Amino acid sequence: MNVHEFQAKQLFAQFGVPVPRGKEITSPEGATAWASELNTPVFVVKAQIHAGGRGKAGGVKITKDKAAVAGLAKELIGKTLVTHQTGPKGRQVHRLLLEEGANISKELYLSILVDRDSGWPVFIASTEGGMEIEEVADRTPEKIIKELIDPAVGFQGYNGRNVAFALGLNTIEPAVMNPFIQMMGNLYRLFMEKHAAMVEINPLIITKEKTIVALDGKVSFDDNALFKHADIQQMRDLTEEEPLEIEAGANNLNYVKLDGNIGCMVNGAGLAMATMDVIKLAGSEPANFLDVGGGATKETVAAGFRILLKDPNVKGIFINIFGGIVRCERIAHGVIEAAKEVKIAVPLVVRLQGTNADEGRKLLAESGLKLEVANDLWEAAQKIVKLTGKAA
Amino acid sequence: MSILVNKNTRVVVQGITGKEGSFHATQCKAYGTKMVAGVTPGKAGQEVEGIPVFNTVADAVRKTDCDTSLIFVPPPFCADAILEAADAGVKLIICITEGIPVNDMVKVKRALHGRDVRLIGPNCPGVITVDEAKIGIMPGFIHKRGVVGVVSRSGTLTYEAVHQLSTLGLGETTCVGIGGDPVNGTGFVDVLPLFEKDAETQAVVMIGEIGGDAEEKAAEYIKKHVKKPVISFIAGITAPPGRRMGHAGAIISGGKGTATEKMKALEAAGVRVVKNPAEIGHAVKAALGR
Repeated sequence: MNVHEFQAKQLFAQFGVPVPRGKEITSPEGATAWASELNTPVFVVKAQIHAGGRGKAGGVKITKDKAAVAGLAKELIGKTLVTHQTGPKGRQVHRLLLEEGANISKELYLSILVDRDSGWPVFIASTEGGMEIEEVADRTPEKIIKELIDPAVGFQGYNGRNVAFALGLNTIEPAVMNPFIQMMGNLYRLFMEKHAAMVEINPLIITKEKTIVALDGKVSFDDNALFKHADIQQMRDLTEEEPLEIEAGANNLNYVKLDGNIGCMVNGAGLAMATMDVIKLAGSEPANFLDVGGGATKETVAAGFRILLKDPNVKGIFINIFGGIVRCERIAHGVIEAAKEVKIAVPLVVRLQGTNADEGRKLLAESGLKLEVANDLWEAAQKIVKLTGKAA
Repeated sequence: MSILVNKNTRVVVQGITGKEGSFHATQCKAYGTKMVAGVTPGKAGQEVEGIPVFNTVADAVRKTDCDTSLIFVPPPFCADAILEAADAGVKLIICITEGIPVNDMVKVKRALHGRDVRLIGPNCPGVITVDEAKIGIMPGFIHKRGVVGVVSRSGTLTYEAVHQLSTLGLGETTCVGIGGDPVNGTGFVDVLPLFEKDAETQAVVMIGEIGGDAEEKAAEYIKKHVKKPVISFIAGITAPPGRRMGHAGAIISGGKGTATEKMKALEAAGVRVVKNPAEIGHAVKAALGR
């Protein structure tokens, strides 16, 4: 789960990571009121969407004029921002962060996530703050500093010193050495205690006043750990999510919307990905990823149909079930029942394999439903692509 | 021969009185696996399909000499269950549970480090040595004893591959599901040397997916140490970046972990990479010259 920058900064403040004074704003009036209270020489108005690249897309405004803040807020609220992370449709802005400006002397990069190779948390730091870290890693890998943290003992002072000296803080600005190391310890605590998947500060700045401040903040959380954190669950902003994905989640289905036109419904995540891949190989594009889970029933299949058919791009549906513990004739019953409930006007190909597959296929063939039955994965993919036409 | 588990493996099921636990313990027993004990705290003295239930894994080990644990405990309590099994002296822990918080697994993996215990999973279908022991949730009947070792990050996609191998008459030795989580107990590089050493295994099918760099690490290992033919499929060539595809570990982040990158690394290591998942069985057959 992702949260907004203003929420990330609230957490930073809570854990002792310095941030600019700021507040979430949802109206020009609110902006005026908070601007008066802030009383700072420079005001920064930042659009809050779950995507990076806001600055370049015109989502960040800076002014020295307190009276201009309301106008900037008005301009940004309701605006659609298109960044390299939003896709061409862009994302509408519903809320802003209004905060005090900072006197930047040096920009750094700092993040923490789990290193999959070692299974340990790892800090990633760089002197190249304010840039895309992937770009830095590609072009100047020597400028990427990594520090693994032993989860048995947690963050230690030497971890902080390793990073601080590698960044050259002792020569850039010795006064921030200790505050920086302390801040890393606080970030580690936030990361572990709140079960974050990633915490990223880009840029982390050294100010002309010789302090260290998180000028931006991005935090994502481990969905599997949300049950432990009611406070984090409350930070969820449904307006930032795809409506069909929200509906799928409510039905315990794992759905990701894509741009193609063959809807697919599969049991198991790996097989669901493989099904998308085989659709592409057969000459078309998948409209989605949809894993109905190991225990697919009539209800889950019906919910899956409803979600797939709400996507106007879907020109055909491909059901691929490998029956293991779940028996294929029960899946077939599920498909037949669900197809009666939900009107399906597009071509449907059902591929059943595994436990009682013959029985399942027979039931489908005799159901009177307009569908094609297949035994083999490749045969099924070719059938659905033939029925819907190749991708342009 | 086979790897990891065989007809002498003695299994304790943690979470045996739950719906999943009791169903699958029964299925494993019916396959012929030695299911010797179950554990559910507070339910000692009960039986599930003739399998005695104990309060603690330590009790189960003392009374039944079980050496392998199969875990169905729900995610919030699962880290605890894995550590309990390790502490009780169980040598192989197979964790089926999906949805364990990553930071819990970080701590578990660190705690198991350097100890004489192997964790398989979590979020995996388990391990099966065909006709000897089924320790997991895979459908036993699709397997056929043969010559191919299978190691995979996926569940149903593994069944798909196994089905092809069985149908073509090649059959399998042992199939190991290492699971779809970002932090797991056993990786491809841990299983590959076992198959390389196993006399009965003539070829290895390795099924990977997007996310992380386990496949790249496997490619490095194969290049140096594996002489048997390895056939691989990597799921998710059509997956968009930044989106989690079902499995917690299946995500392309920061442009890393794409299927294309993995396929390239494996091909460079001499692995036969199959682009079409329906072709896995045929590719193995060709590699074995049959």
